[in-house]
Amino acid sequence: MEHEFQPEQIKHKFFTPWVIVIALIAVAGMGFLAVRYLFGLGAVTNLTQFFPWGIWIGLDVAAGVALAAGGFTTAALGHIWHRDKYEVLVRPALLTALLGYTFVALGVVTDIGRWYYVWHPLIMWNGNSALFEVGICVMVYLSVLYIEFLPIVTERFIGRVNLPGFLSAFNKVLDSLLRILDRTLNKFMFVFIIAGVVLSCLHQSSLGTLMIIAGEKMHPLWQTPVLPLLFLLSAFSVGFPMVIMESLSASKSFGLKPEKDVLTSLSRFVGPILGIYLAAKIGDMFIRESFVYLTELNLASIMFTIEMVFGVIIPLRMFLSSSVRQSTTGLYIASMLVIFGVVLNRFNNFIIAYNPPYTETSYFPSIGEISVTLGFVALEILIYRAFVMIFPIISLPVKSALRKTKYAIKGV
Amino acid sequence: MGELNRRNFLKTLGVAGAAVSGIPTNKLLAQSKSDLSEDRMGVLVDTTVCIGCRRCEWACKSAHGISAGNLEDYSDESVFENMRRPGNESYTVVNRYENPADSRSPLNVKVQCMHCDHPACVSACIVGAFSKQENGAVIWDTDMCIGCRYCMVACPFQVPTFDYHKAIQPDIHKCDFCFERTKEGLLPACVEICPVEAITYGRRRNLIEVAEKRMELYPDRYVDKIYGFTEVGGTSWMYLSSRNFEELHFPKLGDKPAPGVSESIQHGIFAYFVPPIALYALLGGIMWISKNKDNKVEGKE
Repeated sequence: MEHEFQPEQIKHKFFTPWVIVIALIAVAGMGFLAVRYLFGLGAVTNLTQFFPWGIWIGLDVAAGVALAAGGFTTAALGHIWHRDKYEVLVRPALLTALLGYTFVALGVVTDIGRWYYVWHPLIMWNGNSALFEVGICVMVYLSVLYIEFLPIVTERFIGRVNLPGFLSAFNKVLDSLLRILDRTLNKFMFVFIIAGVVLSCLHQSSLGTLMIIAGEKMHPLWQTPVLPLLFLLSAFSVGFPMVIMESLSASKSFGLKPEKDVLTSLSRFVGPILGIYLAAKIGDMFIRESFVYLTELNLASIMFTIEMVFGVIIPLRMFLSSSVRQSTTGLYIASMLVIFGVVLNRFNNFIIAYNPPYTETSYFPSIGEISVTLGFVALEILIYRAFVMIFPIISLPVKSALRKTKYAIKGV
Repeated sequence: MGELNRRNFLKTLGVAGAAVSGIPTNKLLAQSKSDLSEDRMGVLVDTTVCIGCRRCEWACKSAHGISAGNLEDYSDESVFENMRRPGNESYTVVNRYENPADSRSPLNVKVQCMHCDHPACVSACIVGAFSKQENGAVIWDTDMCIGCRYCMVACPFQVPTFDYHKAIQPDIHKCDFCFERTKEGLLPACVEICPVEAITYGRRRNLIEVAEKRMELYPDRYVDKIYGFTEVGGTSWMYLSSRNFEELHFPKLGDKPAPGVSESIQHGIFAYFVPPIALYALLGGIMWISKNKDNKVEGKE
């Protein structure tokens, strides 16, 4: 397989003014996180006996899982359908998914009251519970993501193992272990790649099943038995926009030339997928006749309209236009709108739609909750930045005419 | 993903299918069947009989190791000014409502877990910490709970509550139908202390007969409905009243069990693991075909 591009470590200084701002947001979030672990959920959150789930579930977990969909959608396109052109996007998307799911797991650990029992679902099974299915799938998928990431680690270190001090005696041993690992992984990687896509389809949809059991407590604009399908379709539709947004952001931040041709041709897929999602959403609305609730003017109808217009219809129109797909700015805005739409959809499903009985008040996240959520996002960006500097993730044009062999073997 | 060959690919595919389906099928399907006992117990609450003495609140706390204070303090009627809900320190509360038919005898409504026949909390709980017991009680196991609060999201009556201010071992709180007492042949604490027999403990099927009899004998006294008879598939606790139940803040619910839809979706997606394995096989097939196409183009293999 001949590539004009080759994944390489990015050489760039880590701290810029913006990175420092992001680091401060992360530190603030970690401060509130410490309070939560020391004094309990009540000390930081605005959760009540009526509103047991807030933005840590609605955004950190539900939206987090959806936004990590770039990983499995790109893997499916690049590895299962073998569209080699998109190979350059697979690694950045994989890293995003890896970090995304790691932080979803951290979000879950933070939100559950007994975080030290987070392993219980592994041995205590309730197959009736949608949450159990989500939990198991996320745990397994997270492991699969780490396995999928291993070849990048072996590639980085094979022939370059350089342990400090007396440990350098083990350089050769470690190197050959890495080679064995790399060869084994290479043989079986397709097992994990397919498993990753299957697991993703399963829990992306089961995440939609979660709120169905809330029954009458959930606003009819969102409560529907086809929620799993809607969640799956919206996850499909946000996968590529996430990849496009990240690729463009990374190029901007590191001063690289964006891989525009690849992104433009990737963006062709987004319109049709969004179209299918929109059709399912509207179809469901007409079958259940829930559109009558749009005639009332209230928070639910306003949020639903914003979600549909700005998050689905406008970006759908944009992605169908070839001039938007040719323009970097157009691609960026359209992708951001899809991402906004899916995040808002998850927020609406888990927060806005949920109307428990017996309470006059409604839930609004506390400063601490918002700070932890932002802190996690900030931390994710920082780790992403560090990883693309440590590992060969982002593809750069190959400079020398002579292409390197798979491993640049030095000193062994 | 480079150089896998076809044989290798097919060999590993089978193993992978089994690996993805690592969750056992028997467990997933075992719990869907209804194992409700014909002889399960229940309670009939007659809100027209209850005098609002709140002794049940005191007895409940005493029976559950919650500091209950003096019984005399419970005759303070000022608490009726606000609607109260069961909480971490009180698994049952009594609320007072006006009685349009007779202003001197208000309606008093005791609130606690309804002990559904098809409980949403049991279905929802990620680790299966909730269970419906043979005697009708829905109880919660502290050794399993991870504190995810999905039960609170799921409960149609908004009953379970959570210790938000405990960093370690926060509990879920709700009425347990005095499971520890009834096991030893004792009455539930609230039933035992009630001075006017406003709450009747007995087999659920017998209680329905009792309720129907009362409605037949005193048609003017009751609205023609037993709340809890069919709501969300039936509950162990049932109510009689002279006012519409919605006016007494009972949620208006359908007759279908609360977990019905989500469980059938779950079991549909996982029907004997056929859909996930089929998807796996389909994707494997696509991968194989597109891989071969690739190789032909590149003139390899």
